[in-house]
Amino acid sequence: MALAQPAVDQPIDWEVAEKQVGLWGDAWQRFRRNRLAVLGGVLVLFLLLVAVLSPLLVHFGLIQDPYHQDVANIEATPGMAGHPLGSDELGRDTLARLMYGSQISLTVGLLVQAIIFPIGLAIGLTAGYAGGRIDNLLMRFTDIWYAFPDLLFVLVVVSVWHPSGSPFFQLLPIFGAIALVNWVGLARLIRGQVLSIKEKEFIEAARSSGSAPIKLVLKHLLPNSLGPIIVTLTFGIPQAIFLEAVLSFLGVGIQPPTPTWGQMVFDGYEAVYANPTSAVFPALAIGCTLLAFSFIGDGLRDALDPRMRR
Amino acid sequence: MQAAEPRRAPAPAPAADPVLLRVENAYKYFPIAGFGGASVRAVDGVNLEVRRGEALGLVGESGCGKSTLARLITALLPVTRGSIVFDGQDITKLRGGKLRKVRRKMQMIFQDPFASLDPRMTVGDIIAEPLDNYSIGTGAERTVRVAELLRLVGLNPNFTNRYPHEFSGGQRQRIGIARALAVNPSFIVCDEAVSALDVSIAAQIINLLQDLQREFNLTYLFIAHDLAVVRHLSDRIAVMYLGKVVETAGRNDIYDHPQHPYTRALLSSIPVPDPAVERDRDPIMLKGEIPSPVNPPSGCRFHTRCPIARAPGICSEQEPPLEPHGQRDQLAACHFAGQF
Amino acid sequence: MAQTLLQIEDLHTQFFTSRGVVHAVDGVNLHIDAGEVLGVVGESGCGKTITALSVLRLVPDPGRIVSGRILFRGIDVTKMGDEEIREFRGNDVAMIFQDPMTSLNPVTRIGPQIEEAMTAHNRFTQQQARTRVIDLLKRVRVPGAESRVNDYPHQFSGGMRQRAMIAMGLANEPALLIADEPTTALDVTVQAQIIQLMKQLNRELGTAMMLITHNMALVASLCTRIVVMYAGRIVEEGPVDQIFKNPQHPYTWSLLRSVPRVDEARKDRLVSIRGLPPDLSNPPPGCKFHPRCPFVIDHCKQEEPPLGEVAANQLARCWVLMRTVSEEAIDHARAASLASSEAAQKLKQTIPDAGR
Repeated sequence: MALAQPAVDQPIDWEVAEKQVGLWGDAWQRFRRNRLAVLGGVLVLFLLLVAVLSPLLVHFGLIQDPYHQDVANIEATPGMAGHPLGSDELGRDTLARLMYGSQISLTVGLLVQAIIFPIGLAIGLTAGYAGGRIDNLLMRFTDIWYAFPDLLFVLVVVSVWHPSGSPFFQLLPIFGAIALVNWVGLARLIRGQVLSIKEKEFIEAARSSGSAPIKLVLKHLLPNSLGPIIVTLTFGIPQAIFLEAVLSFLGVGIQPPTPTWGQMVFDGYEAVYANPTSAVFPALAIGCTLLAFSFIGDGLRDALDPRMRR
Repeated sequence: MQAAEPRRAPAPAPAADPVLLRVENAYKYFPIAGFGGASVRAVDGVNLEVRRGEALGLVGESGCGKSTLARLITALLPVTRGSIVFDGQDITKLRGGKLRKVRRKMQMIFQDPFASLDPRMTVGDIIAEPLDNYSIGTGAERTVRVAELLRLVGLNPNFTNRYPHEFSGGQRQRIGIARALAVNPSFIVCDEAVSALDVSIAAQIINLLQDLQREFNLTYLFIAHDLAVVRHLSDRIAVMYLGKVVETAGRNDIYDHPQHPYTRALLSSIPVPDPAVERDRDPIMLKGEIPSPVNPPSGCRFHTRCPIARAPGICSEQEPPLEPHGQRDQLAACHFAGQF
Repeated sequence: MAQTLLQIEDLHTQFFTSRGVVHAVDGVNLHIDAGEVLGVVGESGCGKTITALSVLRLVPDPGRIVSGRILFRGIDVTKMGDEEIREFRGNDVAMIFQDPMTSLNPVTRIGPQIEEAMTAHNRFTQQQARTRVIDLLKRVRVPGAESRVNDYPHQFSGGMRQRAMIAMGLANEPALLIADEPTTALDVTVQAQIIQLMKQLNRELGTAMMLITHNMALVASLCTRIVVMYAGRIVEEGPVDQIFKNPQHPYTWSLLRSVPRVDEARKDRLVSIRGLPPDLSNPPPGCKFHPRCPFVIDHCKQEEPPLGEVAANQLARCWVLMRTVSEEAIDHARAASLASSEAAQKLKQTIPDAGR
């Protein structure tokens, strides 16, 4: 039986509105409009450059070697004798140490998130999707874990496990400890996202189209939760950096002579009467870095919020 | 006696069962959190059949359970009790891969054109998803089929790379229809498929659904609260109240000779786009409000609002069974069916 | 001689967005007499809600009333100062909205919310307001009004919430009540009750009403006169019987024939309007409806028709007019189909049946 032919030549309702900017493109645009976020982004990029390029700069003699002890100029004030930001109690150049210290801080900040992500994802997705007893079990486990005092746990781990060798190996327990302590937030967030998206019609539609649970989780639930996940991970970076600084301050982080900001703050704190500025610079470095990442995090949160789409 | 059995001719293939879907004594209770063990009795003993090739309309007001029933039928929710027999198989007993196989034959079109499409997937991927799930066709064949499906529902096949938010509500609903048709189902459940659309767009979709039914010999279960739309699209109509079916009848019989007082009141309440008719229309006002599905009234659950109920009496004590009353092929659950 | 309550003259309300200026209300003239019920009909985006909001000067950002006059009992609302307009809103003209759940404050009890509408205008004291609230709830048929006064909105059912909204609207005995899709969110039987209530209120209190809706059946039930809007303009206007029996504008005609009727036995194909509503920041030239009109002629694409008298008290904005359209053209319009038959044929060949 033939269908009635269209009365007009052009099919009805053929046209679609002009291609608008995609979802990520729209988010990027909104991010760009947020000045603080852009400022944060610039700062972080700058830091990354510093971290990556500082060995080169030392090689070309633009800055001093952070390990070199300029015995003649111990506790130099900023500007003296080729030490733009002064030197510490062993004569090592503060600026150089700050720049090298950024390597540690950034590595910790970023890699910890890389560890947290799969853990939080696995637990959050499973709990959220499975529901019922599995959810209950996982969430109680999460609660117990969360109740552990973070710092204490980290201290225990790094005291018990301190490999020697390159700074990277020394960092392993720190990565592990911080990640183990901080995955809870992400897991809870992902679970919450899954719970709210699970009820949406497009998930029902996918189920009735014959999609298997794994596919639902990976192709539908995960992509739609990415926004808040990215924001949480971004905010996690300054948290990790700060925690590492605290550990270094307490002396249980990376051991000297590798420069870290936390250590530098401690040294500066000890020498505060002799050289007041030496604590200020590393503290500023920590503060600015945290602020930069927070601005980015805020900017991302606003940019990725679907309700704020224009 | 061990005589050799004579060779028999192979038994003739059984005629295809005219009933495609049979809901048998289906119950769905949602337990309420907290103590007490109370539940929302969303579907409370429903018997229904959908015949091959027909369009069955399912109507009722809030709390009647029609959406829940739709989800029981498409196995999106498990039944508390009862069975759903689709094409000879009780799908309540199926799990995993076996259930997914049956799903291919029944698809669903959803109410909200904004929420029923994954905002992060392109339209092409959305429509191809069922094909992917059932491993139908190669990549190239799927692309061709998606384009054909878009053309079929009146959309430009050049836009497979666009995202749902770039389309209008009516267009999105058509994408949903294309998706439902992708794997060639025999049964489609339309859950309030046009309720969220503007009048003239809804008309496009209604016409499209009718054309598609004819073209592909589909069976529909059409769920809506708008009886006018349901009457237009359906061959038979079932009316639900508070978790139970109270009447089923042909589309004309139900209007001309309603047997259940609720059906009658419902029909009389519907305004008609004709001022002359409206001036004379005198709606039957039901007293009170729809009772809570947590604690439905005893006996016939409609008795608290029924204009002809004998309560206290049989209506408040005994639940009336769904039985033939009125015209041929008409069922009603009322002790005094048709006696208005 | 009925007294004219509201007179809107050449109203232009526009939205200034990053994508351009949206002409939401593009030269609207209408009037409402005391005691009458005017239906303002059209689909999403036609400007009916913005027209109503303009009357109350509640147009949201980035919208503004750009030109025109809105005369209520002779006084121009657009020129009122802040004090005056606050006096005016809720007092002379009140508005009720579509979704009562979001229009009511969920953390305040119903009684105080309605009281607030009264005490804000200093017409009643707290005591008087309190007793009046119970009266109002009784008048809108909320059962058990005395105790219900202390309930929160979530404790009311949908229908009762809408009644509470109506009570709030009527609290100060406004001369005009604007109702924006008052029954869309409600069940059919509840809708019937609200319609009956509104008819009663119009009869007993003499409140004039502006009923904004896309539901043609609702209009047929409640209104005496209707106005059809499209793309920010009025395209047809007249007494309700005439418009329903003899619509002259193709849009009105299509709208009326795209709605299935519950009392019709025949399964005639519904008329559907092809295409999408126009982009109001970039409307088409000539008649704004022409890209979608089944009866378009060349002239329609060039010049926008004026609103002309087509019958006694009936105006339509069209060069063609339904009475000049042939039977065949009408049949053509009905037959228009979305689904493509060849596509259907091809589809059936590509995939095996799913083992039906």
